[in-house]
Amino acid sequence: MADPTTLQYTAEHEWVLIEGDIATIGITAFAADKLGDVVFVDLPGEGSLVTEGSVVGEVESTKSVGELFAPVAGTVTEANDAVLADPSLVNSDPFGAGWLIKVTYSELPPLISYANYQDLVGE
Amino acid sequence: MTETRYSPLHQVHVDAGASFTDFAGWQMPVSYGSDLGEHHAVRTAAGIFDISHMAEIRIDGPDSAAYLDYALAGRLSVLDHLQAKYTLLLDEQGGVIDDLIVYRGAEGNSFLVVANAGNRLPVVLALQERAAGFKVAVADESDLVSLIAVQGPVSRPIVEKVLGLDLSELKYYRGVETTYRDQKCFVARTGYTGEDGYEIYVGQYNATALWNDLVEAGEPHGLIPAGLAARDTLRLEAGMPLYGHELGLETLPVQAGLDRVVVLAKEGDFVGRAAIEAGPVPGARVLVGLTAEGRRAGRAGYGLYSGDELVGEITSGALSPTLGHPIAMAYVDPAVAEPGTTIDIDVRGSRIPATVVALPFYKREKQ
Repeated sequence: MADPTTLQYTAEHEWVLIEGDIATIGITAFAADKLGDVVFVDLPGEGSLVTEGSVVGEVESTKSVGELFAPVAGTVTEANDAVLADPSLVNSDPFGAGWLIKVTYSELPPLISYANYQDLVGE
Repeated sequence: MTETRYSPLHQVHVDAGASFTDFAGWQMPVSYGSDLGEHHAVRTAAGIFDISHMAEIRIDGPDSAAYLDYALAGRLSVLDHLQAKYTLLLDEQGGVIDDLIVYRGAEGNSFLVVANAGNRLPVVLALQERAAGFKVAVADESDLVSLIAVQGPVSRPIVEKVLGLDLSELKYYRGVETTYRDQKCFVARTGYTGEDGYEIYVGQYNATALWNDLVEAGEPHGLIPAGLAARDTLRLEAGMPLYGHELGLETLPVQAGLDRVVVLAKEGDFVGRAAIEAGPVPGARVLVGLTAEGRRAGRAGYGLYSGDELVGEITSGALSPTLGHPIAMAYVDPAVAEPGTTIDIDVRGSRIPATVVALPFYKREKQ
């Protein structure tokens, strides 16, 4: 599990881990908790081009649907097969095994720090 | 915006780690961690629900039976003491103001009408207005009464132990009056989950003690607290309508498949009779069940298509936790309402084929 304090965040309740030119993206524990038990995840395939802010996937719980927005523009290098097979990983380990996609990017848009994200969700 | 309301059990839910949702102005527990786990617990063991937000209205007086036959769609005058009935409150146009459970008291002319939280005011107003000319008193007791549901196949020994009752002879839709901590308490074999179970009406000051006793007695049987998210998927699997989704002022009971609930054979007038007898407009949509493959569920508000033609709309939908595939209730044109018909769900721009099926989706095995 990634250390949430070292991650960056978006107002769409996603987290971004930057390692070199790869951004690993997931949804936050706050978002997973609000959704409830995740039962279906739809992710873009490897090689998909994504533009910043576009809807690239879905995270569905029994009671609602959350859209996955691409926080950066780039190319999807990997979608998390483990989450596709077992969507409950999004609830049980949102910052770790529940990661969703990895994207290569060339430019990083402004993201939100851990402290500011905590303020955003009132925690 | 009205003031947010809290159940007398609110602190219990906070302590149990519940997350909350606004439901008809009430802060109610939506889940205590895992809505799926809560759903499965009710199907396989038991769940305990706080439904204290429901409204309870007492009807009493010499004319109460005749009054209810006039005010409501069903024939309540034939109820035995301690018997329950599912019924509807209609307006003059035959539209549904609310769906209700009515219990007849243990003796005399007392009845208890249980309404949805969101309809408390319209129901109380309609019941009061319709009381003109009848010797009845209509009393809104909602703020005094808490309601706890214990649902699931192992519910009986749990409720029996806590209340010191033998419920082996209590039939479905029958109740029993008893006491809990020296206060009156009413237990009915009713529910909204498709499982066997009980609903317990208790004075609000005893609600916390009763909840804690039930949780303690239930733990060895696998009982866990369950929230509104599980309650919604449970009732959907059981094909039970939810007001505001499958029922509303614009819907005649026959469209929702509830014509059996409206008793046209009863003597005398009742509110909505003329409109019900006239029937819906030709081609009016009807409620059906839909099933689909895969895991992407159609949800309330999603359009239904036959080719390019819009033929209906989903009113409730989810991935069924018990069945493992998407299910939905929907209003569709009569031309596509026949079980076996295939139509498409527009799931956020992509079409997913679905099959019309008879309701319910899930039926428990009778013991």
